[in-house]
Amino acid sequence: MDTGESEMIWLLSGIVLTSFAGVPGLFFSREGSGRERLACTLTLAGTFSGLIAVAMVLSSAGEIRLDLPWSLPGGALALRLDPLAAVFLLPLFLVVAAGSVYGLRYWPQRENPGNGRKLRLFYGLISGAIMLVLTARNGMLFLMAWEVMALAGFFLITTEEHKEEARRAGYIYLIATHTGTLALFALFALLDHTSGSLMFPDAGTLTAAGSGLMFLLGLFGFGMKAGLMPLHIWLPGAHAAAPSHASALLSGVMIKSGIYGLVRFTSFFAEIPAWWGWTLLLLGAISGILGVALAIAQHDIKRLLAYHSVENIGIIALGLGLALLGRSYDQPVLVILGLSGCLLHVVNHGLFKSLLFLSAGSVIHAAGTRDIDQLGGLLKRQPWTGALFLGAAVAISGLPPFNGFISEWLIYLGALQPLKHQNSILGMAVLTVPALALIGGLALACFVKVFGIVFLGEARSEAAVQAHEAPLSMLVPMALLLVACAWIGLLPTTLVPLLRGAVENWAGTDGGTMLGGSFAPLGWVSLIGWLLLALLAAVGLWLSRISRKVPRAIGTWGCGFQFPAPRMQYTASSFADFLVRLFHFGLWSERHGGQVTGLLPGVTRFSSHTPDTVLDRMLFPIFLGAAWLCRLLRACIHNGVIAVYLLYIALTVIVLLALFIL
Amino acid sequence: MIIWLFLHLALLLLFAPMLNGIIIKTKALFGGRVGAPLLQSYYDLARLWRKGFVFSRTTTWVFLAGPVVGLAVPLVASLLIPFGALPAPISFEGDLILFVYLFALSRFFTVASALDTGSSFEGMGAAREVTFSCLAEPTLLFVLLVLARLSDGLSLDTLLGSHLLTAWHSDAGASLGLILVCLFLVLLVENSRIPFDDPNTHLELTMIHEVMVLDHSGPALGMILYGAALKMMVMGALLVRLAIPWQTGWWLSDALLFLAGLAGLAVLIGVVESIMARLRLPRVPQVLVGTMLLSIFALVLVLR
Repeated sequence: MDTGESEMIWLLSGIVLTSFAGVPGLFFSREGSGRERLACTLTLAGTFSGLIAVAMVLSSAGEIRLDLPWSLPGGALALRLDPLAAVFLLPLFLVVAAGSVYGLRYWPQRENPGNGRKLRLFYGLISGAIMLVLTARNGMLFLMAWEVMALAGFFLITTEEHKEEARRAGYIYLIATHTGTLALFALFALLDHTSGSLMFPDAGTLTAAGSGLMFLLGLFGFGMKAGLMPLHIWLPGAHAAAPSHASALLSGVMIKSGIYGLVRFTSFFAEIPAWWGWTLLLLGAISGILGVALAIAQHDIKRLLAYHSVENIGIIALGLGLALLGRSYDQPVLVILGLSGCLLHVVNHGLFKSLLFLSAGSVIHAAGTRDIDQLGGLLKRQPWTGALFLGAAVAISGLPPFNGFISEWLIYLGALQPLKHQNSILGMAVLTVPALALIGGLALACFVKVFGIVFLGEARSEAAVQAHEAPLSMLVPMALLLVACAWIGLLPTTLVPLLRGAVENWAGTDGGTMLGGSFAPLGWVSLIGWLLLALLAAVGLWLSRISRKVPRAIGTWGCGFQFPAPRMQYTASSFADFLVRLFHFGLWSERHGGQVTGLLPGVTRFSSHTPDTVLDRMLFPIFLGAAWLCRLLRACIHNGVIAVYLLYIALTVIVLLALFIL
Repeated sequence: MIIWLFLHLALLLLFAPMLNGIIIKTKALFGGRVGAPLLQSYYDLARLWRKGFVFSRTTTWVFLAGPVVGLAVPLVASLLIPFGALPAPISFEGDLILFVYLFALSRFFTVASALDTGSSFEGMGAAREVTFSCLAEPTLLFVLLVLARLSDGLSLDTLLGSHLLTAWHSDAGASLGLILVCLFLVLLVENSRIPFDDPNTHLELTMIHEVMVLDHSGPALGMILYGAALKMMVMGALLVRLAIPWQTGWWLSDALLFLAGLAGLAVLIGVVESIMARLRLPRVPQVLVGTMLLSIFALVLVLR
């Protein structure tokens, strides 16, 4: 065990440099460059310094720690960097660095004098705060960092505060995150009561007695941040409203702090009640299936990506649920496969989702709209952005040879383990397999739709015709993320030591040595990946060589129709219509118009819209009803008749007298 | 090892287009015609090979990625599946998931290359393809779950091992019968056969898979047809091994038994196509959900 505090200086300087990267800019005029390059350099230096700290942890296979006394009650100022935290920190460093370089051209100070400095300040602050959340080992410190992260997130979402949409999304986020934090306050108070200190207990040291309430509080508080299905209400609006590189950070990294909280919290307990795992499996399946079904129905590219975060959080929860079940039923193989799949999917989702947000941002930057049905044919105008988006789309659909497949494969393998055991209750966990298959099929449908409608075919609007390729400083960070995706997909064995360490941290066992061995042969998967890639390259090169000289001079065959127009192409709505109608039971899409009457029908219109099932269909009506009830009550009590007010005073006096006498 | 690999690939590459020939011949016999020769699919491929390309000005490189992935994926996937009693050249724990996801990759690029033409007909076909396969994929996984429960491994090679023969005679026989039906339906929908899709229709509005490849031409179309034939043989191998679990112990008779099983499967498909009409599109999801329920029932039978 490495306890040297000298290594900690790298992490601390990383946190400080990234947190305050946007501060120098505040002292300069908003009309100039706002020291945006300085902010970017500081962020890069900070993430690099943090990366050194993580590399030290991985090379020494221990953890680095810092304990300083402080005047607040309940323990010391404690930071620990162990492999479990490193799993969450690695994608953070990459995404933060890529996003800050990308932001130089995506959100330059000269074009956004009003909010550029604010954006960079809170971008740095949230990055530093998440690093602190992931390393804090004191409840008080954790909650402080959590709150800074939550508030910085609010300011990122409301960057364009002059827009009604951004303000609305920001307020919903603020209400949601603070409701979650309330649950966390209660959770840490209970934890303090149980373990006697606000310091995080070591893995596997708490007994399960009285832990049920704590789990529910943690599930609510952390699940709200992660966006598990009934708690995801803030997520679609918030990710759509923030600037794209901020959305990438929020969706790729920030929501994972909720998953980190759940993983760290469940590691405290020596034994895990079985219903914890079942609850997470159920919530994961609901999030996964309904998240992707809602995504298919969206027309706004960033809202669509946000719903995919809900879906992927569902997949991550499935992995964690399997690992918890493995602990409850004493199946170490299930623990290893479930947790490795869960953690690897955290990394993978961080990489490909931020790449998707960045390339969507490049499209929005070029075409000026987020409406998928207004785009089209962009692959000809933005070949690199299109290729990068395609790579990320293949990865997020969980297809080989990219990284999404590796993590889903581990979760699949975990879900197949209960088949081998005679325990019939645990056998129910195999239903995760078809659920994952359905999620995978729907995700494929959704991403082929987005890529096909946005990048292929003909442009559907003038804005899409005028689109241009993104500058190099936006493309290079994106390419870096795609390389990371391909790396994990083709060389998954390089991540085995990290995952092994993290599983040991979590379960407190030494079972992680088997990963990559006979029951999860990652080497074979990577071999098939390379084989597929080689075959694709060979056939593809040959086909492109023999077809190179062929002119592309004629239009697509329109079945004899002479005047095809771009508007006649399939749109995102028409592509998704079949699936949306199949999922009507969970989506309740609204459809207006489209009825044609008579032999020679006149102009007719059709529109479809899918509001959020939980927020728009349940919470708003409930809250409106509650507000109406309160108004009614107020109208009764506070009715303006003086006699009634005198009666209140008399009643109060009588009650007080009665209390005094008793 | 190398010899097995070559035998595996030779069987696949040489015999795959024959299946389509057998289906066409069966349908012709039912219709009272002589029909095209058995080797017609090979002649078609050879003819397409010599032809040139025609490209729409709307298309990009993605248009050609569809045929490339569609040909490469069945080749790689075939390495994971045993051909009858001949073992799979590559086999490891969990390759069944990889098998399913490889075909998903080919679907992704086929659909993307259809959308690349900007034609609304191809859009229709693409939307139907992804919808139906979303419903067929869980069924395939349920089937594999049943097989995994009956064997003691998680690779396709052990799933389709010699224990199947005893399994047919045990209590699990009913389950195996059910999943055989499910697998046949999945095979029909994945390979766009009647009653789900009609490969010979001339009305684009009603087609699924054929309409997606409408604008392909020359060697690219040849690659698509060849890839489709390979896919049918690879998925058929799953079914044939399940239905004919015997092994003779000599590689040549094993191979002949496997090929005879495939030919029988092709005749069966031809019979179904001859005596059934294509389903109305809104009926297809209902049939697929029904198949899924059947496979769930089979899983419950072996899990209890």
